[in-house]
Amino acid sequence: MTAPSTNTAKPATGISAILKTAFINALIALVLFSLMVGVRTEAGPDGQLTYWTRFGELASLVAAVFGGSIVIELLRQWIGTTGADKLVPPAVQSGMSLLGRYVAPALLIFTVLVPVIFYNQRYILDLAILVLTYVMLGWGLNVVVGLAGLLDLGYVAFYAVGAYSYGLLATNFGWSFWICLPLAGILAAFWGVLLGFPVLRLRGDYLAIVTLAFGEIIRLVIINWQDLTGGPNGVSGIPRPSFFGIPLDNSDDGLAAKLGIEYSATHRIIFLFYLILALALLTNWVTIRLRRLPIGRAWEALREDEVACRALGINTTTTKLTAFATGAMFGGFAGAFFATRQGFISPESFTFQESALVLAIVVLGGMGSQLGVALAALAMIGGFELFRGLETYRMLVFGMAMVLIMIWRPRGLVGHRAPTVYLTKAKAISSDLVKEGHG
Amino acid sequence: MDYFAQQLINGLVLGSIYGLIAIGYTMVYGIVGMINFAHGDVFMIGGFIALITFLILISFGLTAIPVILLVVLLVSMAITALYGWTIERIAYRPLRHSFRLAPMLSAIGMSFVLTNYSQVAQGARVKPIPPFITGGYTLHESPDGFVIQLSNIQIMVVVTTIVLLAIFTWLVSSTRLGRDMRACEQDQTMAALLGVNVDRTISMTFVIGAALAAVAGLMYLLYYGLVDFFMGFVAGIKAFTAAVLGGIGSLPGAMLGGLAIGLIETFWSAYFSVEYKDVAAFSILIVVLIFMPTGLLGRPEVEKV
Repeated sequence: MTAPSTNTAKPATGISAILKTAFINALIALVLFSLMVGVRTEAGPDGQLTYWTRFGELASLVAAVFGGSIVIELLRQWIGTTGADKLVPPAVQSGMSLLGRYVAPALLIFTVLVPVIFYNQRYILDLAILVLTYVMLGWGLNVVVGLAGLLDLGYVAFYAVGAYSYGLLATNFGWSFWICLPLAGILAAFWGVLLGFPVLRLRGDYLAIVTLAFGEIIRLVIINWQDLTGGPNGVSGIPRPSFFGIPLDNSDDGLAAKLGIEYSATHRIIFLFYLILALALLTNWVTIRLRRLPIGRAWEALREDEVACRALGINTTTTKLTAFATGAMFGGFAGAFFATRQGFISPESFTFQESALVLAIVVLGGMGSQLGVALAALAMIGGFELFRGLETYRMLVFGMAMVLIMIWRPRGLVGHRAPTVYLTKAKAISSDLVKEGHG
Repeated sequence: MDYFAQQLINGLVLGSIYGLIAIGYTMVYGIVGMINFAHGDVFMIGGFIALITFLILISFGLTAIPVILLVVLLVSMAITALYGWTIERIAYRPLRHSFRLAPMLSAIGMSFVLTNYSQVAQGARVKPIPPFITGGYTLHESPDGFVIQLSNIQIMVVVTTIVLLAIFTWLVSSTRLGRDMRACEQDQTMAALLGVNVDRTISMTFVIGAALAAVAGLMYLLYYGLVDFFMGFVAGIKAFTAAVLGGIGSLPGAMLGGLAIGLIETFWSAYFSVEYKDVAAFSILIVVLIFMPTGLLGRPEVEKV
């Protein structure tokens, strides 16, 4: 915070400077939006394009940019040169971290109780299942991006492999969900290794683009291989999951009849809810355990520095492949769950936008933080629901949010990337051990 | 043989369009070291602005085709260039010293913003225009009735590309701005110490890239007779493939890569299957990156810790 005296000394030049900036921004906005917003084109009934003007919208947008820049400039002057982080006093920050320790268990308990609290609210239960699916996907991708530092833009490919594995096995051979679930995971992991092999030598941006291309190839093959996948029509009539062999319907063999309780359609929803919760927690547990194993350490080392990692004798090939395979396996599980929940899958569900959404969840969550990913999934999917009525606007807002998050907090909301092991204090090494002297 | 020749012509025209977009990728990668993921959408915006300018000019009763073309070209280049400048300013400049993946993620966000912005502003439906430049030449007619056509629009696309490439090569090799750009490409800190305005040079790179993408958008509009809000994604990835194939950072490489991708895609569609033409382009990207990461004309990248 700057002292008041310096603040009061500024305004004379400040206001005119702010207005000037705002004016220039508004002028740029006017040129940018002039044709794209000010003129609307549409094909008429005879196929001929017509246009009409929308100067009102144009004017309000430009005015919004003008006002927005004034507010931003004022905020910038008010905050001064201090970073946004310093806005939060240290006392509050330490309080937050103390609170953070209890957030995860509290959240878990609340999640377990969700079906009890919202028993008859189908909408909330459906939304909760959706959020948990993305939490699981986020945790799965977190292994690849957050732990191993490999930017994967084609994660949805493994989700698709899992979904189609279950969908096709169940509809063609009548295999049950509980046999197909591990198979879907194994198949997805296999595809993960298949993708991993060629990209071993790539890093950073190139890796991202290749994984993106891989995801698109899988989607295009699904669309075009109509004999197997049904093409754009997708696979329908995928069987619902059973409670370990007992169907969840109102037949005589159904779970409700066996337990002697009245049948309700909510039973299946609640079963699905606990199923995805269990799968997500499995993902979380496996990730946390793996982090403490040598392979998890190797992932984190790989993320920090690949060259140093190789110099230390870590086999980067197996490290990368296991990361891809593990992440892909969880994606496959989530895909199989998605297929059984929807009962219908089509290539439309596996576009690049899904990959970007999951990636945004991981990045917003702070790349590597399990709690952060869960909170980010809640925020993202919840935010998407708020914009449900405005279908076309929500991807626009999503894109803006992604840019703003990168600018404001590139490390994510719960941004900690500390390695799980480190030396607590520097050690002086005797010159007998190191020829150069002190190390 | 005639069929082959016709596909060769089609492929070269498509390749020119890809090449123009690829230059934007390759320049930005050369200087800033990031993949400007939103560049494909800048190309789409350029196409839209060209379309709207066309409509306005025609409704004002202008009929002289060369005048219309020139005005449309200049307007779409100017406005799209401003888009490129603004994108760099908002989404990339604050992240220049952030961690490695931040600009890439920001660019993906920007790409979504642009795609959905034009969907919101102009609607989701495909915008067709009537054929604007008609006519052409029959190069050869075989006895069985197959005709090799070279249309005027195809000539125009190729000639415009060659002229722009010539201007652009001159700009990079012989002007102050070009020298600054090459200096920033080698070492930004050193260039800044020697009095090069790095921020301005990077901005100009985005401006030029966007202007060339606008030309590509206009050519696409004239050649295919339509634009839609989603065309930037696939075109962008293909142009990036072209830039990588040619060797990222190399301008002639980008053009060469563009032509190669255009030809491969056209021949693939002609002789194998239209459905899998995008798969072919993406597979090439993967194969090139794995076996030839430096591309045709690129320099090997030094691995640093």
